Amino acid sequence: MSLPPKSTGEKFTGEKLKASEERLDALREEALRTGAVTGARVTPSGSPFPQTVAETGYYGNPVLKKPVWKWQVPVYFLAGGVAGASAAIAFAAHVLGRDPALVRAALWIALGGAIISPPLLIFDLGRPSRFWNMLRVFKLQSPMSVGAWTLMAFSFAVGTAVVCEEIVLRGYSSSLLLGVGWAGEAGAMLTGLVLLSYTSVLLGATAIPVWSENRRVLPVHFVASALGASAGILELAGYLIPATNGMSIAAAGVETCVAVYIAMRGRAVDAPLRTGRVVWMIRVAVGLTGQAPLVLRIFFAHWPAARPIASVCFILGALLSRYGWMAAGHASSRDSKTLFEIQRKGTTTGETKASAKI
Amino acid sequence: MAISAFLTDPSICIGCKACEVACKEWNQLPDDGFEWSGQSYDNTRALGASTWRHVLFLEQPQPLGAQITGTPEPFRWQFLSDVCKHCANAGCLEACPTGAILRTEFGSVFVQPDVCNGCGYCIVSCPFGVIDRNEQEGLAFKCTFCYDRQVAGLIPACAKACPTQSIQFGEISELRERAGARVQLLQERGYADARVYDPRETSVGGIHALFVILGRPEDYNFPPAPEIPTVHLKTAWTYALASAAVLLLTVFGAFFL
Repeated sequence: MSLPPKSTGEKFTGEKLKASEERLDALREEALRTGAVTGARVTPSGSPFPQTVAETGYYGNPVLKKPVWKWQVPVYFLAGGVAGASAAIAFAAHVLGRDPALVRAALWIALGGAIISPPLLIFDLGRPSRFWNMLRVFKLQSPMSVGAWTLMAFSFAVGTAVVCEEIVLRGYSSSLLLGVGWAGEAGAMLTGLVLLSYTSVLLGATAIPVWSENRRVLPVHFVASALGASAGILELAGYLIPATNGMSIAAAGVETCVAVYIAMRGRAVDAPLRTGRVVWMIRVAVGLTGQAPLVLRIFFAHWPAARPIASVCFILGALLSRYGWMAAGHASSRDSKTLFEIQRKGTTTGETKASAKI
Repeated sequence: MAISAFLTDPSICIGCKACEVACKEWNQLPDDGFEWSGQSYDNTRALGASTWRHVLFLEQPQPLGAQITGTPEPFRWQFLSDVCKHCANAGCLEACPTGAILRTEFGSVFVQPDVCNGCGYCIVSCPFGVIDRNEQEGLAFKCTFCYDRQVAGLIPACAKACPTQSIQFGEISELRERAGARVQLLQERGYADARVYDPRETSVGGIHALFVILGRPEDYNFPPAPEIPTVHLKTAWTYALASAAVLLLTVFGAFFL
């Protein structure tokens, strides 16, 4: 029935056994000498016997499991976000009859995002060869399922739009081709809006406190940084138009507000964003997506290099902040103390019904 | 079909770990590595991909009923065999994008290893931190509630191996009654902090692995008010789609600058 997991195959002999025995001897010696052991994975409490403490649970072992996602996932979060926002920009520019070259560039950026996203997701799977199982069912209650289907639909729509666009540009226009092209662009815009925002739901609807308690903040942050990064890529591609500047300033403004909001709330559950190595990722990311672009675009507007530099800053910052949120999730999953506190206080959820305490 | 359940009662557990061994043998699970934790007689620390029963060894500076320990400070030593809770509303099951995790006819939550593709979303969706990925296999694993044994009319391996009936297996309503009666008896005998751990009032809606515990759930690394992450979906989607709509308006507006 159940496929048995393979054994690690490691025999507990030789060097490994010796190292373990030596460590045990060292622990015994330390306990004899000082009456307490302070080494790694040993919780001292003034006696040789570590005791469970109510605040941190069972010897401080984490309650939750940490996320298994690797570097591909934050990169995908940005790639998918940029793809979705670019499709929206292409659609708006086309509807308003703006520069056809801009429409074409934005569509190609969207297609690029749609092309690099599946490999990133597939290589993050424990079994990449079973990627297609994602399309076995559609589950509205699973953001992962909704996301996989959205990415499929988006890729199809944006691919159609690009193909039609390129054929029309080569002079083979027909009303059918134009109609299919419009349908593709509209479809890419609609699915793109879901694609760029669902990743915040993916994190928000989990058991990891720092993610789920920021389920209202993450969407705003992810959507704003997707827009800013997308506009930034267009600017780097040479479209230094007022529209991209406006989108970038709006995105940088929202990013600054989100950072200020989180800092002002000062909740214990957000501690992973303020401690360890995550704090530097978040701080630098906020500087790159918030303050730096705002200063460059508003106060150095006449300096020609200001906008390209601001664009590069924003894209790097958007990537870094996604790494930061991922790392914060890891730290949050290790922090049972905060988990217990928010559940005890009943400040968590309460969306369906009041949480009764056991 | 009747919903089957576990009732794990640490007040009669002797910490022999026969359940851990029986589980590993029946399900052919690999070792968890050999490391000294320094945490009482427990070097396993938590449930995981290769640990589907885990015996906790709690050393607490509290008295155990009227027990005389002979130590200057009050002290009690408890054992509890932890297991997947097989939640009535299971976070892992809802989160699974492949449909690999399903509800069996016994009411238990089962991961089909031939369907799972190791996306890892169930791992962050379990409010109890039970399910985990085996990195050799690349798939998520947890207690199967011995589905294969139950189909054949046998009781799960851990319950079968338990020498003190600390792990009982049966129909959920009957076990809930038994758990209530046991808690009442324990309280009469002076264990004032005895209670049943079965979060029925939260969105998890009750668990199919009940526990009789002494003191706070936190001491056993049980979340005091676990919630199924899908309760966050409505808010998160509302904010996500509203933000996306604002993005579209911003993009349209920007072209008039």
